[in-house]
Amino acid sequence: MPRLRSWLSRLLGLFQKSRRDAEMAEEMQTHVDLLTERNIAAGMLPEEARNAALRQFGRLEQTKEIAREQRIWTWADEFLQDIRFGARMLVRSPGFSVLAILCLMLGIGTNAAVFSWIEGILIRPYPLVAHQDRMVALFGTRQGTTEKEGLAYPDFLDLQKNSTLFESFIVDRITGTTLSVGDRAERATGGIVSANYFNALGVRPVLGRGFRPEEGEGRNAHPVAVISYLTWQDRYKGDPKIIGKTQFLDGVQHTIIGVAPEKFHGTFIGYSFNFWVPTSMQETFDSTGYKLEDRGARWIEGYAFLKPGVTRQQAQAELNAIAQRLENDFPKTNRGHGFEILPLWKTPFNAVANLSPTLGITTGVAFFVLLIACANVSNLLLARSLLRRHEMTMRLALGARRRRLVKQLFTEGLLLSVIAAAGGITVAYWCRNALVLVSPTRIPGITIDYPGQLDWRVLALSVAVCIGSTMLFALVPAIQASHVDLSGALKSEGSGMIGGSGRSRLRSVLVFVQVALSFVLIAGTGLLLRSLAQMQSSDPGFSTRNVVVSAVDLFSSGYKPERAKIFYEQILERIRALPGVQSAALARVRPFSYSVYSSAPLEIEGYQPPRNEQVAADYNQVGEEYFVTIGIPIVAGREFRRNDDENGPPVAIVNETMAAKYWPGKDAIGQRLKVKDKWMEIVGVAKNANYRTKLEQPTPFFYVPVRQNFVVQNGFIIRSEQSATAIMNALAREIHALDPNLAPVDTISLQEQVDRMSYAQRLAVTLLAIFGGMALFLAAIGLYAVLSYSVSQSTRELGLRMALGAGAGDLLRLVISRGVRLTTAGVVIGAIAALTLTRLMGNLLYKVSPRDPLAFGMAFIVMTLVALVACFLPAWRATRIDPVRALRT
Amino acid sequence: MAKEKPDLVYGTLDMLILKALQHEPRHGLAIADRIQQISKDILHVEQGSLYPALYRLEAQGWITAAWGVSDNNRKARYYKLTSAGRKQLAAEQEHWSRITKGIDLVLAEG
Repeated sequence: MPRLRSWLSRLLGLFQKSRRDAEMAEEMQTHVDLLTERNIAAGMLPEEARNAALRQFGRLEQTKEIAREQRIWTWADEFLQDIRFGARMLVRSPGFSVLAILCLMLGIGTNAAVFSWIEGILIRPYPLVAHQDRMVALFGTRQGTTEKEGLAYPDFLDLQKNSTLFESFIVDRITGTTLSVGDRAERATGGIVSANYFNALGVRPVLGRGFRPEEGEGRNAHPVAVISYLTWQDRYKGDPKIIGKTQFLDGVQHTIIGVAPEKFHGTFIGYSFNFWVPTSMQETFDSTGYKLEDRGARWIEGYAFLKPGVTRQQAQAELNAIAQRLENDFPKTNRGHGFEILPLWKTPFNAVANLSPTLGITTGVAFFVLLIACANVSNLLLARSLLRRHEMTMRLALGARRRRLVKQLFTEGLLLSVIAAAGGITVAYWCRNALVLVSPTRIPGITIDYPGQLDWRVLALSVAVCIGSTMLFALVPAIQASHVDLSGALKSEGSGMIGGSGRSRLRSVLVFVQVALSFVLIAGTGLLLRSLAQMQSSDPGFSTRNVVVSAVDLFSSGYKPERAKIFYEQILERIRALPGVQSAALARVRPFSYSVYSSAPLEIEGYQPPRNEQVAADYNQVGEEYFVTIGIPIVAGREFRRNDDENGPPVAIVNETMAAKYWPGKDAIGQRLKVKDKWMEIVGVAKNANYRTKLEQPTPFFYVPVRQNFVVQNGFIIRSEQSATAIMNALAREIHALDPNLAPVDTISLQEQVDRMSYAQRLAVTLLAIFGGMALFLAAIGLYAVLSYSVSQSTRELGLRMALGAGAGDLLRLVISRGVRLTTAGVVIGAIAALTLTRLMGNLLYKVSPRDPLAFGMAFIVMTLVALVACFLPAWRATRIDPVRALRT
Repeated sequence: MAKEKPDLVYGTLDMLILKALQHEPRHGLAIADRIQQISKDILHVEQGSLYPALYRLEAQGWITAAWGVSDNNRKARYYKLTSAGRKQLAAEQEHWSRITKGIDLVLAEG
């Protein structure tokens, strides 16, 4: 591009002023010298000759200055002129400008926002942590399953002691409590963390200190807490003397020793933690018992920092060796167990596991939107370039220089994309934390935090793509102008054929690409909507209608088992007596809630496990009437009764999968299994149900009576025709009557509880619907622009057709059919692309094939409808053409 | 710059420079000489406006400059017409002849 080069060289000229000046001076000096020589030749004395030459030349310095100014101002002046003119052109066709800028803004903005989510959540989730690049997620594995486990605390200590390739290990377990400050009591989320937590992360508390090494050890020995900056500000009003004050957490008085920095929310992505306590306090916060010396309890999530230069493979090899040693040393608890590390963005726990597939898809989708936006702007510019051909030709005819026209178009394109880029960056800035807003789940008292980070590289890339494509197409009219046959172009304007010429073919291709891309997005959205509907309508194995769940936090209120038993006895009696309540039951874990089921190694009478199988299953402690209340049918035997208590023989109920696995072909009733050294007799078989999510596979599961296996922390399951709110109010009243310090938490319908677990799917649907809608909108604009233009270009043809007797309906059909042809081609290609691409959605789809005909059909209908609407306006305009005027021009 | 007697019709200097370069590259003084010589001493190019005009033309890409050696062995900047400049010259010449023809007609009248 020699023109660009000369333009740039002049820009550089500004900065190389002194060199040019020197050259100029030299040149003028030559001139004077030559004149002097000539004067000498004419017979003057050298001195005289020189003076004469200087006189002849005029004032040297002044001339230099004039020349210099001229050189600089020519281009600066033209540039300003171009900007002014460009701005005027943009203002003169506001529709075009607004559309183009909007398209680019959406494209740049969404891309940058999505990448900022990915950056913030998956790649660099902890802005304050040093060396995130060496940080990995650490978790336990079990032979024969791909499911990830937590770590056992003694194993964690052994890892710390025996590894050489790791700089440090930390562990972190999410926990919750009721934080009462003054008269305000609220749920608070916290972390039980290893004592080295803050040091290893390199996070320095803004006030006070982190934990000392000895504070991690000793059963309940160190009631100290670090609180988050937000908690400090919000709950303690930023009290500058907070360090050393005490706070009751789960019934134990803790000393506040530190305040974390403002931007540190903990290492559990998705949640913003309120406080941290050292591992020594585990028992205080965990209603399922003391676990610090139990290798069988894999309850805590780990992270590790690799030493500089160590690869993940090397580190993994070392972990395998350590796991092998532990298996030998502690076969009872560690047989078949190992460790695995993964990059942070593959963290199996916390929000990352939920969000990474969604974000992956969203990235692709946002990129599609960017492509569509670019295609669209290109299209608009092309359309305009043809409209402006007349202007360009006219100006050329009037003597404008081509270079000047190119420069002007270039400036216009630049102006357009720079405005759009600025807008896009603003959009991205607003949206960087918007993921929280589209998140469908809100849990009272829990702050959801998705860190968003604007990455300048991503911004630069998006902006570059947009500016690049804009400039490319902005220059088209100039290129055309360069080989325009003036008289021909001036005459032939407005006499094209509908769907003619090569240039309009390029535009058709652009539209076609847009339609195809949008189709893919809409089909994807359709699939997600279908899975969501499937999920909503699929039967979890219990009845979600007319069931309300709730809980009361006796554990953190300091209830001991004896007192808790009495409380539950009384409250159940009161609940059952409420009007409209049919039945009520206790359950330690409410289905689909965030609490974790108990799990234990089992011994099953008459079942010899293969050598490396550790027989284990999850179970729940439930009260009498549980099955009838929640609506899980008992297929054989009986449900738990009131007298299945401490005085009765230990009993259990298994699910169908468990019965079929361990007693195939036999009646499971009357068989025995041993849990935690206690033999229980099976008295019933319950129908399979979903326990955590609807996505899970049927697994062995059993129930034990809560009266025989008492825990302090229990939930309520209440069957009633009343609404959750009505129940909540009544429940709050009854609980308050028993103990004024207690309040029910999380009283919601079981349906809502279930819906919360389809979180990832709903987030994906929301995001995809937003992006799909944008894509559709952009594609519609593209289609509209192409057709409008082709109508305006073929005025003559349409007028002629009219004059020859074509009716409005014929013209309508002619134009619309062209639009439909474009759309159909795009849809066909889009469908082919979608068939391959939707497979990538994998586990976000639930009981829906990635090639679901209904979703594809829906996408087809939506696309066609939108296309028809986009075609209609230009088609209608075609019918309004006045044949007389059309033919005269 | 006081001008008692304008040597040139305003706006024609550029065209004259281009014309002077039509057949061979020249340096600044040679251009001035050439115009003076062809016009049989009617037109004098003021040195003070010559160089600004040259830089302007160069910036517009109609002429390019390179250092060379003059007849009497002096280093001088030589200007050369580019193809764009050639076209420009043709356009301006045509423009000029149309205008002068028009002026002639007007003056010839009555």
